[in-house]
Amino acid sequence: MSVSAHETGKPGRSFRIDLKTAGPLVALIALCIIGYSLNPAFLSEGNIANILTRSAFIGIIAVGATFVITAGGIDLSVGSMAAFIAGVMIIIMNSAVEAFGVSIWTVLLGCGSSLILGIGAGFINGFLTTKGKIEAFIVTLGTMGIYRSLVTYFADGGTLSLNSSAREIYRPIYYDSILRIPIPVWVFIAVAIIGWVLMNRTAFGRYCMAIGSNEHVARYSAIKVDRVKTATYILQGLCVSLATIIYVPRLGSASSATGVLWELEAIAAVIIGGTMLKGGFGRVGGTVIGALILTAIGNILNLTEIISNYLNGAVQGVIIIAAVYLQRGSLRAGKRKAAE
Amino acid sequence: MTLKAIVIGLMATSVLAGSAIAQDQIKIGVSIPAATHGFMGGLNWHAAEAEKRLEAANPNIDLIIVTADGPADQASDLEDLVSVHGIQALVVLPFESEPLTEPVRAVKDSGAFITVVDRGLTDPSIQDVYVSGNNTEMGKVSAEYMKTRLGEGDNIVILRGIPTVLDTERFDAFMAEIEGSGINVLDNKFANWNRDDGFEVMQDFLSRFPDIDGVWAQDDDITLGVVEAVKAAGRDKELFIVGGAGMKEIVKGVMDGDELVPVDVLYPPAQIATAMDVTVAHFVSNGPVRGSYILGSPLITQENAAQFYFPDSPF
Repeated sequence: MSVSAHETGKPGRSFRIDLKTAGPLVALIALCIIGYSLNPAFLSEGNIANILTRSAFIGIIAVGATFVITAGGIDLSVGSMAAFIAGVMIIIMNSAVEAFGVSIWTVLLGCGSSLILGIGAGFINGFLTTKGKIEAFIVTLGTMGIYRSLVTYFADGGTLSLNSSAREIYRPIYYDSILRIPIPVWVFIAVAIIGWVLMNRTAFGRYCMAIGSNEHVARYSAIKVDRVKTATYILQGLCVSLATIIYVPRLGSASSATGVLWELEAIAAVIIGGTMLKGGFGRVGGTVIGALILTAIGNILNLTEIISNYLNGAVQGVIIIAAVYLQRGSLRAGKRKAAE
Repeated sequence: MTLKAIVIGLMATSVLAGSAIAQDQIKIGVSIPAATHGFMGGLNWHAAEAEKRLEAANPNIDLIIVTADGPADQASDLEDLVSVHGIQALVVLPFESEPLTEPVRAVKDSGAFITVVDRGLTDPSIQDVYVSGNNTEMGKVSAEYMKTRLGEGDNIVILRGIPTVLDTERFDAFMAEIEGSGINVLDNKFANWNRDDGFEVMQDFLSRFPDIDGVWAQDDDITLGVVEAVKAAGRDKELFIVGGAGMKEIVKGVMDGDELVPVDVLYPPAQIATAMDVTVAHFVSNGPVRGSYILGSPLITQENAAQFYFPDSPF
């Protein structure tokens, strides 16, 4: 590959990006081979559908997180936000059932309120970060605690459950398929494509990268930094609300245990995918692969008994580090060769 | 001089008055983990119910419930209960055994009567009363039920909780009881007492094993996730699930004759109420109360489900 890079006479640029894309993909393929050799059921149609559907939650949230992180921010509140939105959706739908009876509108009302809540919550994070001049880490740490407590409070410490007749109408959103592909996967694909276009083909994506690289320079270049940064948090909120819309019909419930640690999984998916945690460079495609890797690890561990249950966390840790090393490591090698 | 005398006199009377009030009112602190998941939500609810009931029945008893988010937080709560409220008794469900043993000992040293609930301290000599569910019995009762439904060559899978002593006790007792019955335990995985994890682990069990006859989910939150996974895979006719704890939705299902989850095994969140009753009895009853109270883990079946059903509890 290094030879071809020399031949094209463009040392570095296109070549480096190739490896950056390839790193996570290689890790995912390796993981699939390991999974298949441990248990052939790994590549059965049902299991692949399970992995893809599961990864949709983290994946959709992680696409939003890619923008926030690329623009130099961070959002720790996404897991709590998902639990909070799920809880409020259920409360709204249950009261709508009591007031007007059950119909498709009950579910649409729930989804609509989810979108409004997600956008609103994202705006609050963005506004406090930009206009309030508080570090994103602190703002979202604060909102993380607030949303988590609120859902616990609404649920009285227990679980909020969706009215069973409303659930019947809503259930297909998670469990049904179109062209043999589950609906959550279609949503994930759509979000990923829109995210990719937004990041790579629009001014907004370039602004995000510019701000993440150097906020001052971006400001002097007449980029409306605060507006763009706030928009990334709103986008993140929107992604969380979409993920919640497909999450709620799965179990029809929300509790304080919903979405715990999703923020870390989303951030991990983004970084595994090749986005820089310090900002300035974002890869939506990589993020999708990162989310698939994380889900596949958990799935493989469940499909085999050769690894002690107590070591699950360790295996995940090793694979995450290895996946990122593969990408950064080959990047370093690429640079060296390019410099020769 | 006269001014000083008056001040001292005033102080003395107020101290006397203060102690007189304290003697009338018996203050009992109740320190429990915050309602961060279903079981603790139920426990918090039962604690609040018991407080209302006991204070109404005994006007001289004042129960103070405080909830903690972690072991360190709980240790601070205990200090406050002693220094601010001056409690004469403590009912405590320790977050973790080791880190809370010394803080509870400090409360004991202040002269308070100590009731420990559910998770024992590393030094049992600190407690006057111990109230707990029975994890070993819970595992055993679950396995006994499995043996009544299944036999030689049948297959089961197990979804465990979080790697803790409590979970290990349940698991070991279950495995000991099932041994020799000819029932195959295909595998066990941790589902963290969580619905989502229960759903995902069960999905993976279903794609891995074509023949499953029984599932021991050992917790009702996990059970709800397992039920969804089994229904989605369309395999709800070929197996049954045994949960545990006594969540109202599950108990209701058992009462209504659900075939997928035909029974439940009790691990009562209401044990906090038992502990509070016993502690109050120490002050108001003429009978002795010191000792250990290990609550049973009966099998909840369609016949007896009504007595374990609390429709108003959040759990």
